[in-house]
This record gives sequence, C-alpha cells and structure tokens, in this order.
Amino acid sequence: MKPGKPVNVESSAPDAETPQVWDNMGRPTQRKPEVRLGREVQARIGQQLRALYDDVVKEGVPQNISDLVRRLSEQEDPAA
Amino acid sequence: MKLDPAIRDQVLSTVPSLRAFAISLCGHVDRADDLVQETLLRALAHIDSFQPGTNMPAWLFTILRNLFRSEYRKRRREVEDAEGRYADTLKSHPEQTGRVEFNEFRGALAKLPSDQREALILVGASGFSYEEAAAICGCAVGTIKSRVNRARTRLADLLSIDSIDDFGPDRATRAVLTGTGRS
Repeated sequence: MKPGKPVNVESSAPDAETPQVWDNMGRPTQRKPEVRLGREVQARIGQQLRALYDDVVKEGVPQNISDLVRRLSEQEDPAA
Repeated sequence: MKLDPAIRDQVLSTVPSLRAFAISLCGHVDRADDLVQETLLRALAHIDSFQPGTNMPAWLFTILRNLFRSEYRKRRREVEDAEGRYADTLKSHPEQTGRVEFNEFRGALAKLPSDQREALILVGASGFSYEEAAAICGCAVGTIKSRVNRARTRLADLLSIDSIDDFGPDRATRAVLTGTGRS
C-alpha cells in the first residue's frame, strides 16, 4: 500500500465481515474461521480431555487388579 | 524374592491412570482391563528391569502400549474396526460417567488417527512431558509434538463449528470460536 493513498479494501470485499487475508502469492483469499482458533478452544479441549480421562482415574483400582498385584507381590518368584 | 512394598504401591498407584490410557487405546472397558492385567503380569515378572527411583508410570505405560501394539498388529481387521468400536463403546457408556455433554467430544476423539489420539492423551491427559511420551511411543520428540498439534487442530475443526454452544455459554468465547468477535 502506498502511503497517502487511501485504499478501502472493505468496500471491494464481497463480505466485509470476512477477514481479508492474502496467500503467499499476494492474491486475496479467505480463510476459514477454525484455522485461527486459538488458546480459548485449545484450553476447552484440554479441559474436556482431562475430565473424560479423570472420570476413569477416579474409579481407582478395581478389586480384581488390586488382588492380582498383591498376590503376585507376595510370591517368592513373581515370574512363576 | 518378595516385591518391595514401596514398589508394589508405586505400581498400584499407577493403575488408575494406566486404565484410563488403556481405555483410550482399546475403546473397550473390558478389553482395557484385560490389557492392564496382562501389563501388570509382565511388569511384575520383569520387575528386576525396573530401576527404583526412575519413572514407574512411564515404564508401565510403555509395557502396556507395546503389548497393545503387538497384540493388535496380529489382528489387523480389529484395528481397522477400532474406531467404530471405540465410538460405539463410548456411546454405550455415557451413564457410566453421567456426563452426557462429553458425547460430542468422545465422538470427535474417536475420529482421530490412533497415533494422534495416543499422543494427545499421553501429553494432554496423562500428564507426561513430550520427552516421556516420545520414550513411551518409541519415537522422536518432534513426532509427538507434531501429532499432538495435529490432534488439537483436528479436534478444534470437528468441535468448533457445529457445537459452539456445547463449549459453553460464555459469549466472549463463542465470539472467539466463530470469529465474529473483535478484540
């Protein structure tokens, strides 16, 4: 853009609400909104992932697994 | 030689997280518990190869993942079917957690390629560092980073457009998600 020369990009854009960006060849292009999803959505994804995982973690150690580990750990030779 | 109770307790305290990881791999609670049992049998049989003071969770996760991989390579058809079963299993257990609002998230997670899902869970839920996750998966740290990034981007794509309301009522967040906000 030359200094001093007003250029109204928005007026020539078909949709002024759509952010105007240019590709690496300098051609105007549009990017989808999801491409620029930032930390907000990443944080939400992290929260949901941990909540889902922690629901299982909160179940603790199932009795049969606890029994198995205790039994094996009392054996003279755990490999036997 | 009997197992040192301190080591035994380290094993037991890793079990809840190990189960959560196994469920994320198998997508099937019963199969996951079998896999956890198999892992513990193998681990305790080779407990001499564990060095006290090193990372017990990483050691057990590595064994579990290797068992899962070797078992499932033999059953390729099941691997191909894994995503469908994963989704079905999770659908059939919403009441287990009482968190119906996670169904959409579960569905999106099930659509990820398994290596991306695995990396995301190890880093994003199990709490391993990128370096630990790379050691568990037997790959480079950069590979884990790339998988995690691709998984996050894909989940954002799957979740943000059609289910913005599910992300919460916060108007500012919705604005960010839809790209209509002005900062």
